[in-house]
Amino acid sequence: MLIRGVLMHHLVKDLLAGNRRAAARLITLIENDDEEKRSLLKEIYPHTGKAFIIGITGAPGAGKSSLVDRLLQQIRAEGLTAGIIAVDPTSPFSGGAILGDRIRMQDHALDAGVFIRSMGTRGSLGGLSRSTREAIQVLDAFGKDIVIVETVGVGQSEVDIVKTADSTVVILTPAGGDSVQTIKAGIMEIADVFVINKADLPGAERTATEINMMLDMNGEKPWRPPVLPTVSIKGDGVDKLWEALQEHRTFLEDSGKLLDVRRQRVRRELTEQVEYLVKTRIWDEVRDTIELDSLVEKISKRQQDPYSAAGELLAKINFYKGDHGEGG
Amino acid sequence: MDVKAKKIRVLVAKPGLDGHDRGARVVARALRDAGMEVIYTGLHQTPEQVAETALQEDVDVVGLSILSGAHMTLAPKIRHLLNEKDMKDVLFLVGGIIPEEDAEKLIAAGTADQIFTPGDPLDKIIDYINAKFASAE
Repeated sequence: MLIRGVLMHHLVKDLLAGNRRAAARLITLIENDDEEKRSLLKEIYPHTGKAFIIGITGAPGAGKSSLVDRLLQQIRAEGLTAGIIAVDPTSPFSGGAILGDRIRMQDHALDAGVFIRSMGTRGSLGGLSRSTREAIQVLDAFGKDIVIVETVGVGQSEVDIVKTADSTVVILTPAGGDSVQTIKAGIMEIADVFVINKADLPGAERTATEINMMLDMNGEKPWRPPVLPTVSIKGDGVDKLWEALQEHRTFLEDSGKLLDVRRQRVRRELTEQVEYLVKTRIWDEVRDTIELDSLVEKISKRQQDPYSAAGELLAKINFYKGDHGEGG
Repeated sequence: MDVKAKKIRVLVAKPGLDGHDRGARVVARALRDAGMEVIYTGLHQTPEQVAETALQEDVDVVGLSILSGAHMTLAPKIRHLLNEKDMKDVLFLVGGIIPEEDAEKLIAAGTADQIFTPGDPLDKIIDYINAKFASAE
């Protein structure tokens, strides 16, 4: 598909030139696992690493989308541009999804400094979609100063966002359970900034106190997450949130932690890519030359065990044959 | 469910001043259950907002829900904006209280690909969209 490849190559050029349609098309191609996906990402990669990535997470209905909408106002008032990736769940039954986060953000739909993209999780369970990370790269290369990722409404343990964002905001609401909830593992551990949204409701202060107590038990840490009350529908407290995010960014940059965080991310990406290539290679070879069915038959009849069979199978695979890792 | 398959992305939009979105939500839900990714804009969208959202979300289908009687103004305006944005290929559907003669005009003018009105079963919309994309593959 040479012509198709050339057309796609143009998309990257258009993206770098600031073409919105190209940004949208590229995210679709990547999300759909197009055969050109890896070569497109290769071309995009050198242009990434400039955007600051903010993750926003919290339970369903905590006010994530409304808060993103308000944050956008702050960000734009400072003359910065922003890309938003808003993730909503894909149905495990039908594969369909209702992507409704941007309803709260439609005031920014015509702002050329804002690009909003909704994504379904498509089987991913960590609170993000399968291709969130790649979509961030597209918006980063597109030249957005800030990329905000809004996770699905999460429970206690969907914490993939912490591996993806530079700063993570966890949004809670008043009366979210007793103080034991605050010392549980998972989501309470990932926040760089805590927000108590709907802070005009009863119980907001108690919730804040409980989180502060939990944080104080952590002892001396170089960064102590602030706990900030907001009322997102009125915009109260959002300026403080933006200040806190800027402070956290300065902390990350001055302490050298930003480089650490990003180095860890690159290490993970590299590991995943190697694993992906090895996996693809193995199954290509198995499909082409190795008879899997007879092994399955033997193991089912207890003539062999799966452990030694797997070892034998791997020994037959030629990892040095041909050119792999290029293109699709 | 095949998570790898390409999904049909549909924008369900409520342009203009009418404030009734029960119908749009029912359609959105039905499309979701048919395995599509449905982006819903919420109420009171301008034609410019609808077209720009379609572009950013890179949808395959734009479905307008119009109950206000303004379809002969809103639908052509949005179609025009989509064409300007190089989105001529997008499947353009209009649903709502649309008199038959208006429906014929909108289709004849190349504005809408299809019109759906109250009483049309949800499966009719789903089948129509699926058929369009089955033949395009």
